[in-house]
Amino acid sequence: MLHIKCPHCGMRSQNEFSYGGDASVKRPELNKEISDEEWDNFVYNRKSLRGKHLELWQHLSGCRQWIKVERDTATHEIFNTYKADEEIS
Amino acid sequence: MTQKFRIENGGLINRDKKLSFKFNGKTYFGYEGDTLASALIANGVHLVGRSFKYHRPRGFFGAGVDEPYAIVQLYRNNETEPNIKATEQELFEGLEAKSVNCWPSVNFDIGAINNFLKIFLPAGFYYKTFMWPKSFWYRVYEPFIRKAAGLGVASTKHDKERYEHKYEYCDLLIAGSGPSGLASAYAAAKNGARVILAEDKPRFGGSLLTSDVNIGNQSGEDWANSIISELKEMPNVIVKNRSQVFGYYDHNMLVMSEKVSDHLPKTKKHHPKQRLWYIRAKQVLISSGSIERPLVFGNNDTPGVMLSSAAKEYLKVYGVLVGKNPLVFTNNDSGYETAIEFKKNGINPIILDSRVNPQSEIIDEAINLGIKIKFSYVVVAAQGYKKVSSADIAKISDDKKQLGTIENIKCDCICVSGFWTPTIHLASQSGNKTKFKEEIDAFVPGTSKQNETTLGAANGIFTLEETLKDSFMAGQDLSKKITNNDNKISFPNVVEKKSSQHDKFWCVPLPKGKSYKRFLDFQNDVAVSDIEIALKEGYRSIEHVKRYTTLGMATDQGKTSNLNGLQLVSDIENKVVPAVGHTTFRPPYTPISIGAIVGREVGKHSKPTRKSPMHSWHERNNAVFVDAGVWLRPRYYKQGNENLFEASKREAKNVRTNVGVCDVTTLGKIDIKGPDSAELLNRVYTNAWLKLPVGKARYGVMLREDGIVMDDGTTTRISENHYHMTTTTAQAANVLSHLEYYLQLVWPELNVNVVSTTEQWAGAAIAGPKSRKLLEKLFPNNDVSNEGLPFMGYMESELFGVKARIFRISFSGELAYEVNVESDNGQFMWEKIIELGQEFQVQPYGTEALSTLRIEMGHVAGSELDGRTISYDTSLEGLISKKKDFIGKRSLNREAFTSSDRQKIVGVVPIDKKTSIPEGSHLVKDAQAPLPNKKLGHISASCWSVEHDNPFSLAILKDGKNMIGEKLFVMSPLKNKVIPVEIVSSHYVDPKGERVRS
Repeated sequence: MLHIKCPHCGMRSQNEFSYGGDASVKRPELNKEISDEEWDNFVYNRKSLRGKHLELWQHLSGCRQWIKVERDTATHEIFNTYKADEEIS
Repeated sequence: MTQKFRIENGGLINRDKKLSFKFNGKTYFGYEGDTLASALIANGVHLVGRSFKYHRPRGFFGAGVDEPYAIVQLYRNNETEPNIKATEQELFEGLEAKSVNCWPSVNFDIGAINNFLKIFLPAGFYYKTFMWPKSFWYRVYEPFIRKAAGLGVASTKHDKERYEHKYEYCDLLIAGSGPSGLASAYAAAKNGARVILAEDKPRFGGSLLTSDVNIGNQSGEDWANSIISELKEMPNVIVKNRSQVFGYYDHNMLVMSEKVSDHLPKTKKHHPKQRLWYIRAKQVLISSGSIERPLVFGNNDTPGVMLSSAAKEYLKVYGVLVGKNPLVFTNNDSGYETAIEFKKNGINPIILDSRVNPQSEIIDEAINLGIKIKFSYVVVAAQGYKKVSSADIAKISDDKKQLGTIENIKCDCICVSGFWTPTIHLASQSGNKTKFKEEIDAFVPGTSKQNETTLGAANGIFTLEETLKDSFMAGQDLSKKITNNDNKISFPNVVEKKSSQHDKFWCVPLPKGKSYKRFLDFQNDVAVSDIEIALKEGYRSIEHVKRYTTLGMATDQGKTSNLNGLQLVSDIENKVVPAVGHTTFRPPYTPISIGAIVGREVGKHSKPTRKSPMHSWHERNNAVFVDAGVWLRPRYYKQGNENLFEASKREAKNVRTNVGVCDVTTLGKIDIKGPDSAELLNRVYTNAWLKLPVGKARYGVMLREDGIVMDDGTTTRISENHYHMTTTTAQAANVLSHLEYYLQLVWPELNVNVVSTTEQWAGAAIAGPKSRKLLEKLFPNNDVSNEGLPFMGYMESELFGVKARIFRISFSGELAYEVNVESDNGQFMWEKIIELGQEFQVQPYGTEALSTLRIEMGHVAGSELDGRTISYDTSLEGLISKKKDFIGKRSLNREAFTSSDRQKIVGVVPIDKKTSIPEGSHLVKDAQAPLPNKKLGHISASCWSVEHDNPFSLAILKDGKNMIGEKLFVMSPLKNKVIPVEIVSSHYVDPKGERVRS
């Protein structure tokens, strides 16, 4: 079970969180004309990387905040966690 | 009955407490502190089972967790449990055990014919033989293999025992209480660290209990006892025996199984049988020791051939002789320790040492004691069927390839020692890439991956002094970093005998003309010849060889066989062992009972049960409940001898003719506040929300980004910036997360707050033509006329002094209202409705009637919004705004979503107007068409229409829009039904929707 540092609450066990997918995906703006390809990339196409991955988790049984977690998908090492609105360098 | 193999004195058993037990129906005696294995050996019982494949006789090989043979079926307190190792099961009064994998009995086993057919059962036999014809697999092969295979029988009864889960945090978790575990625990505890020390056996001390050493002028055992007593007194230390740390998971999470009651005849009241500990440790010290390696020779699986360390443990811990005429076959000094113990107890062992001329203190001691030693000698084959009776031995050449003349010597057991294999499972599970250590011919942990340190024998260190030094230091250093304390501990004086180098020899060659089976894996019956076949057939990767031959895949996970298997592969391939590599170690280290994994989450405990505030009223009024997600909802209220069908028909009919009341507390409710609330709703729902006036409700449908309908419900504008959203019962949690996702991540600029209020409000739906009359009685001070409270209107009021919200919304299609009060007042509200509704013939109705009403009205629910349908499919496309963008809109122009013969919701009525249509049935054009018959659609929900008094169903049908009036067939192969049906509109009742507005 992973040990995830919620930027709001501190270290918590994985079973308090739910996984939310790739955090680098940006939703296209509303009312903007975009190609099918762009839309498909937003809705469906994911790389399923091996290695460092920026992903979303929600602290469901805690503060209910969506957070960003930088995690290695192969080793499960967590490098850093960020608040939803935090700039990631 | 005398125990012929129990020595007069000695051992750590309690000779004052005699215990009786039964094995295969026969009664024996043992002592408190025995294992089932030690008690059986004391009674001269060496035949405990039959092997998995060839059904060869099986005895005891080890004395603990590594045991591959002695697996029994245990009977305890009217329960039975398979796959119990006799070497681990502690004896208790009245214990009963039986052999497994043998029929009709362990002494005469019909399956043993496989032993003579073994030439036909080589590696990969099953793969090669049972491939074809394909149809034979289910009918012939599989049942046959199922009957023949197996290591015991799982109980089919409900397990009455209790299993617990426990979560614990600590600074240091120490796995194993041998010398390294004790030393590191002691040092860390003295520094004030929070320590958990776990030992899988009942007794602490590990190898100290059996080795002839001296620490600080105490015997190893006394030193261990004094350390343990001190640790037990310390408040910062948890000391646990019978507790196996079996898995090392991510982020220093380890799982330990504690056998709380398995050693007792019966679990004590208020105690669990087993307890699973989830431990998050800052640092982990792995002091899991090592397991002796077997030597490989002909018939080395004969009962009586066992590890020399096991023979020593039986003698020193249990006071039991594994034989009275022992042969010790060794390639290192460990065998001598066993021989010396025999000699000290008046037994004359013979030592065969494969080494040419080894010299050490231990060998000198053996010589001085007058023990007969033969150097450069090996056991070629064990003789005897159900027990060793003699051994064929021979001199071996210095290059270990040639055997001299074979001699036969009498013996009743062969104690083998092929040196030691560090137990690196936990380290490897942590992600540590292990490395091969040439000096000990085994793998040891490499660079730490998580916060783990491996100590002592598990790290390939086999001298006590070095082990203790390393461990004291590790305990001290690691705890210092956590607690900032630095208590110096004086290092005790250690006396131990020095050993000499072991022989890099592990497999005795076959003598000319002989084809003895030489076993590597004793539980899965994998012999040297099987590995040879696998390699000949082209298998190279050790992972493939393992799976093809099943080497190391039995319940013991190859604890005694893996390294010998690797040695063999590397010998044949002319590679070195590290190049071959070892297979992956995966948790659990030992089998864990399913009960322990499940814990308390069984049956009704597997999820919380949520009840509405009106639950006790429902109970008092004969409600029959149904699980709706985690909620318990009344399905119907039974009157007299009514069944489900009759009751739900009565309740639904009463709604259509009079008035009914339904508990709708379970509906998800989300409170939405903030100046941008309308904008959020406008983006979330497919229809327009910006102009909804205060005091009005609106029905909305929300999509996922892929265009599929996610949920539906009504949202009401309570005040300027305050909305009350309802969701379906099932999607309540998902919708909240969905809103939070968009508010926090996608549109953080929206100033809106959302919070679940599902449990804050109790809800009652009041539906039927007389509902307004009832409402007038409930709220005499309000104008609830069609003008005062029109369809989709909202009003705040007081119900006899209790704050209430009234929504004029309808799921049943009748004139209907939903009244919400704060949960604490739910029961009061309900009772008032029932009381004041009497004159209008009010009746409560359950979920079954609720379904009937919505189905015949063509209102969609979860069975239509099933994660596969879009708005069009459920005839909700009228709610899609063309003017604005919303979540999922861009997906709606997908080709499949816009195709002209797209599926659509329809109504289905059986031609005979009698036959009920099973839900999930398929709609087909031709009932006689050959299979697979082309499916045109499926029945999503069925009911008995109370309006028309005949069966009615909803279906999602291909090109449903153009199918009204068509005649099709409903097929349910499951229920063996074919029903001719007519397709009608999904709005079977009041298609113009006049009633809700009346």
